[in-house]
Amino acid sequence: MTASRTLTFHVFRHNPRDSGGEPGVREYQVEETPGMTLFIALTRIREEHDPGLSFDFVCRAGVCGSCAMLINGRPGLACRTLTSELPGTISLFPLPGFELIADLSVNTGKWMRAMSERLQAWVHLGSEVNPNQIEAAMDPDLAEAVYELDRCIECGCCVAACGTALMRPDFVGAVGMNKLARFRLDPRDDRSDAEYYQLIGDDSGIFGCMSLLGCQDVCPKELSLQTQIAFMRRAMARQGL
Amino acid sequence: MNIPDSFLPPRIDRWPARLDLLQSASGLILGLFMWLHMLFVSSILLGNHAMWTVARFFEGYFFFGYPLPWLVSAFVALIFALFATHAWLALRKFPTHWRQHMAYMRHMRAMRHEDTFLWFVQVLTGFAMFFLAPVHLYLMMAHPELIGPYESADRVWSGRMWPLYLVLLFLVELHGGVGLYRLAVKWGDFKDAIAARRKLKRLKWGLTVFFLVLGLATLAAYVKIGMEHAPHVGERYQPAAFLLPSSKDFSDAGSGGGGLNPPQPPFDKGGSRRVEGMS
Repeated sequence: MTASRTLTFHVFRHNPRDSGGEPGVREYQVEETPGMTLFIALTRIREEHDPGLSFDFVCRAGVCGSCAMLINGRPGLACRTLTSELPGTISLFPLPGFELIADLSVNTGKWMRAMSERLQAWVHLGSEVNPNQIEAAMDPDLAEAVYELDRCIECGCCVAACGTALMRPDFVGAVGMNKLARFRLDPRDDRSDAEYYQLIGDDSGIFGCMSLLGCQDVCPKELSLQTQIAFMRRAMARQGL
Repeated sequence: MNIPDSFLPPRIDRWPARLDLLQSASGLILGLFMWLHMLFVSSILLGNHAMWTVARFFEGYFFFGYPLPWLVSAFVALIFALFATHAWLALRKFPTHWRQHMAYMRHMRAMRHEDTFLWFVQVLTGFAMFFLAPVHLYLMMAHPELIGPYESADRVWSGRMWPLYLVLLFLVELHGGVGLYRLAVKWGDFKDAIAARRKLKRLKWGLTVFFLVLGLATLAAYVKIGMEHAPHVGERYQPAAFLLPSSKDFSDAGSGGGGLNPPQPPFDKGGSRRVEGMS
């Protein structure tokens, strides 16, 4: 077994509600333990060094998407990142592109809600549902495909990894395009391609994507974002013909 | 009363889709054309005659029996228009504000992500081509008949165009290679997108290195010919098999001049006149 390392953390500290507080970086030293994740390391920092440190977490298992942050410059989930995969010096910053709450905590929820409302990211039923009738069966493969895209946890990593989204705050990001790809696949959603086009058929939507593919490379759920974006692009481009 | 409706939004604006398609299509055509262009230009590595044959081929010499350089001018004008269209469409993606520029730079440095970096390479190379490519395009449009082993070599060396061509070579190959790769991942329908992207990236770099090596060898060949031909700069290439009587030969014969004439190109400078004895 290798000797345990002393990890040096450079952590962004700032609370916008503290009047007169300046953004800065604080250094912490933590003894590495076997199987240590960044979430565990941050908890140790808060317990042993700095009880005022803010960071978000809920599930600690890569399901809720709350603990996304910039880990050595790249977006990722703190709970899913083992310190053993990182060098001895680790920098942690809040996700860019989102409103800062404090330190490593950002308001992804506000951004995601605005995006969902803008893209009307819910099933649009053409007719009213009769609760007394048996629901129409869905082909298992199709259900699986819809579920696959539904695995998105809205952690915000794809937005923070996207150069386009960082340059143009009105860009819907891979999360938005993946959502519409999911509803387009869903037979219960009665919207036509022309209606989807109204939502993302411009430079703040699908045609603004410059295929930098940072989203694909950092998605903690390993969603096929490249495929979904290309799929939506082809469908939306047909509307222009 | 007429109610002005010019400020009403269109029911569905199809233009963003069309502009995206047009940007991709113009990039695809230009990228593929530049690879073909490099193959044609590199014919000099097979010898002067090979390059002369390729140049005259595109002037329709082997179809009509005489060269029509305006065909090349027209084609260059088309490429110029496509280039301008592509540049105009690509401008939409450029970081236009300082804040955007800084956001991208910070992100690029932090992410250390190849595709994010390559996009910035495309911005820089594209921007540089706004200024450098038109120099070459205009020359080719204005003097299409001066494409030939000696003519081109004189332009490269005695005309001091080699620095421009050296820079353009890197700009074109980097921009085009990355652009064609990006088109594939942007539109492509792959079964295994991750594996396909890895293969495309390898192919992209392979082709970029191949065309850069070919381009450097080609430029070196033109420089060498240009240096050797410098004392006779302006003299055009005359392939031995095409030593045909020119209009000057006839006028000399008529005036009783006779004698041995130096080889002349089989067509006049304008290049539009039918060559005697070539019908």
